[in-house]
Amino acid sequence: MIPIETIHATAGRLMSKAAIEIPDDYLGALRDMASTEKGPLSCFVIKTMLSNYDAAKEDRRAMCADTGVPRWYVKYGNEARVEGGPVALETALRRATAEATNGVPLRPNRVHPLWRTDHDNNVGINAPEIEYSFHPEGDWVELTTVHKGGLFGTDYRMLFPGDGIDGIKRFYLDALLAFGKRGLACQPAIVGIGLGGSKDTCMVLGKQAACLRVVGDRNPDPRIAALEEELKTLGNEVGMGAMGFAGSSMVVDCHIEVGYCHTGGMPMSVHMFCLSSRRACARIHADGTVVERTDPQWFTEYARRETVEWTTQDQSSRQSG
Amino acid sequence: MDDTGSELKTVRLRSPVTTEDLVGLEIGNVVYIDGLVYTAREGVYKKVVDDGTPLPGDVASIGNVNFHCSPAARVNPDGSFEMGAVTATASFRFSKWMSRWFDISQAKVIVGKGGMSSADYREHFVPRGAVYLTTVGYGTGALLGRGIRKVRAAHWLDELGIAQAMWVLEVENFGPFLVESDLAGNSLFERENAKIAANVERLYAGTRPATLRRYGETDRREDELI
Repeated sequence: MIPIETIHATAGRLMSKAAIEIPDDYLGALRDMASTEKGPLSCFVIKTMLSNYDAAKEDRRAMCADTGVPRWYVKYGNEARVEGGPVALETALRRATAEATNGVPLRPNRVHPLWRTDHDNNVGINAPEIEYSFHPEGDWVELTTVHKGGLFGTDYRMLFPGDGIDGIKRFYLDALLAFGKRGLACQPAIVGIGLGGSKDTCMVLGKQAACLRVVGDRNPDPRIAALEEELKTLGNEVGMGAMGFAGSSMVVDCHIEVGYCHTGGMPMSVHMFCLSSRRACARIHADGTVVERTDPQWFTEYARRETVEWTTQDQSSRQSG
Repeated sequence: MDDTGSELKTVRLRSPVTTEDLVGLEIGNVVYIDGLVYTAREGVYKKVVDDGTPLPGDVASIGNVNFHCSPAARVNPDGSFEMGAVTATASFRFSKWMSRWFDISQAKVIVGKGGMSSADYREHFVPRGAVYLTTVGYGTGALLGRGIRKVRAAHWLDELGIAQAMWVLEVENFGPFLVESDLAGNSLFERENAKIAANVERLYAGTRPATLRRYGETDRREDELI
């Protein structure tokens, strides 16, 4: 049984860590970009950001004052039991979000969409989002918090099979140009692309691809992995760098996640995780042990539901033939 | 920023600034500010410009540098303030208030994210001898937070909340910022956009528009989208 106070205390630490410490994978990639960027303005921006990360860690202050909209990803091992059950866990995450907003401090970004009511704690109706996944074994719970910026860098489009890979590239370029100018996307960014699914799934997959996969990670399908590489290169050939200044630093990495969709369509979403790619993760075991890390390891074979447990018609006909 | 090894020209400004201080600024210069800076965005603009509420102080007490910002801040139980990180919000949304705002506030410097259009600069900024500085990154929240020496006041905090209140800040070596628009209304972003535009045709070469279009891609609502 995982003590609820361990969930609560860990969630609080993760909130603070996500806001203050840039994850190592993103930091390493940005250092590489600082050495390859030839555009003097774009290079100045990247180097300034690198010193900003140092300042944030030294002073224990948020790296960016737009601390995004905090959200949670929770993964349950199949044998995990939390004291008080899932409702207690949600209560603990909501409380930790509010406490960290006041404690770090974070910017209280969350308001009612119409009445602009602000509780000054990033908690409100349907906020923070809490998404769940499961793992076939394990007595642990994993918590990941992501504080993604909320205004620019995301788009959705219903493409069709006839639009093909070219259609994907074109929409991708549209999104980079639309949000890259003047640096509205706060690039260089980790670009996440959702392909397929229903419209809501398409958005969820793309956002998770941007926020929950680390720089350098590749989709297990080799052809999708190749497309990720191709789109990353293409994005850095736009001619745009940090803040939309001339340069070559637009895309830190490109991650694609897919889901089966309607036979007639090929929906696509694009998401950009910014210069303050705030994510922090921990696995909490039944004995109360907590192991923190920055790689959420969200996408597993099970999470992608890659397998089916019965023999498909295609396989059985091949076996009998 | 010495540690960036940059060749960019760096300037220190003391606020309140005079128009003479701004004469030598060129787009792409790096700027640091000392003195008084205040935050004001849609909440303050609505209150002052739309509703006619008087400003809480003159240029001597609030400065003339308007930061389009919401801080990550906390109000302590004893009424004091904790300001962690500060970064700018996108300025293009505030265009409709700027002329009246300049006239009321006597602001000479707008600091924000992403700049405004050169039409805005010509119409609102140039006639009033004002320049636009953009924050860097975006998101040098920690560096900017370090530059805040003291929160002098937080006006309309109860009414507007932490994000929209008018924070008056005493700052030192506050930056870096980049000059996005100078006194002549030139725009650094628009100059850079033009460089990038030269490459766009090649990028899209061989691709076709999406099968299903959207309104916005055509402005004629009588058009079909297929």
